[in-house]
Amino acid sequence: MEPHFHTSGSPAVELRDAVALMSDFPALAGLDLTVERGEIVMLTGANGAGKTTLLRVCAGLTPITRGYGHVMGADVVSERDAVRQRVGMVAHSNGLYDELTVRENLEFWGALIGAGDDELHQAMSIMGLDGRLATVPVRGLSAGQRRRTAFAILVVRRAGLWLLDEPHAGLDSGARDEVDDILRQASAAGATVMLSSHELDRVEQLATRRVHLAGGVVVGDGR
Amino acid sequence: MSSSGRIQVARAVLSKDLQIERRSKVLTSQIIPFAVVTLVLFAFALDGDAILQRTAPGLVWLAMLFSSMIIVQRSFAVETSDGALDALRVAGADMSAVFWGKWLALVIQLLVLELVLLAGAIVMFGIELRASGVVLLVTSSISATCGLSAVSTIYAGLASGVRGRESLLPLLVLPVASPVLIGATRAAEAAFGTGGTVVSEGWPWVGVLSVFAVVFSFGGSLAFGPLIDD
Repeated sequence: MEPHFHTSGSPAVELRDAVALMSDFPALAGLDLTVERGEIVMLTGANGAGKTTLLRVCAGLTPITRGYGHVMGADVVSERDAVRQRVGMVAHSNGLYDELTVRENLEFWGALIGAGDDELHQAMSIMGLDGRLATVPVRGLSAGQRRRTAFAILVVRRAGLWLLDEPHAGLDSGARDEVDDILRQASAAGATVMLSSHELDRVEQLATRRVHLAGGVVVGDGR
Repeated sequence: MSSSGRIQVARAVLSKDLQIERRSKVLTSQIIPFAVVTLVLFAFALDGDAILQRTAPGLVWLAMLFSSMIIVQRSFAVETSDGALDALRVAGADMSAVFWGKWLALVIQLLVLELVLLAGAIVMFGIELRASGVVLLVTSSISATCGLSAVSTIYAGLASGVRGRESLLPLLVLPVASPVLIGATRAAEAAFGTGGTVVSEGWPWVGVLSVFAVVFSFGGSLAFGPLIDD
């Protein structure tokens, strides 16, 4: 059974002349970008180029002050709640409760959105978290297993757009491979992935497209 | 979000918070012992049955207020240690529903703590609780707890993203919660008959506590999302 993600006929991300401020500094300075569904887009650029701000705008966390845009079919200015419900973001933290087991963490998210047991089992199975691992408190997991649990939550939430800020950070080589495999699976199942990473060689093999940012605008875009 | 959706979110947060408490046992193994030790130290400091019986309501609520800070800190520490509160925000969860879930979990834990403190005060300080005072004591305790939980949840959410939140939270909450301390103490004095007070003198304080609880609970549910967002 394939996981079901929020998808729409429109592009996953469509931003035009987007300006977003971080502490009064224009971290995005008139950015234009279109991301089609199912793509794995790698964001590159120096620190301060606007990668994290772009991810936050797509997550509905940072508003744009000029321009317009849609994420998963919802307006990034007037429908930020809808945007947030259709995307999932994993940054440096995983958003997990250490005292709860893997299954209990997923059950919590399932209860929030009314997901059934089947969907929880499916998410755990896809992420290799079923069996004994499901009953282990999260505080007892390795960094890679924690990251997989965070991704499982995105599956339970049916997030159609995965926004990942440095998803390989803090993981060993094996866990990084696991992350790459999971992202390929998610993309194959219909999810769109946008990630920033300093692991350029690794991510270039994974990504279907590379978008280079500088000064808050796209300066390079290649497949 | 529909009202059934909000109830679903609030219920999930409530049950998650109580599940974490059941698993970690922080209330029973750390906070209740701390509160009881505080009461015992009050008894040592104010040696003398007459003084203790006269001041018992205030001492109970002071111990309650200090201990509640630890519960509140803990309630939000689990949300911030791995960015879970941020994840809820990013996921577009209705933050007013998250507020109600955390508020109710706090109310339940604080009521357990109060029960222990009141029982401890009755035993240690030799207070006689009149039958006519029981209803007043229960009503005032519930009202005060609802208000205290609301104020604590609002400010704990506000402080959750700030460095030094452990010391900031009491500084924010204690001044605002002072009407709860005053009202709950006066109502408990009336329930206990401290200093010749009668039960009827306590009911106006229940009114004050109820208004406080309603204002801060509903105000908090509206303000919680924007406060967390900022």
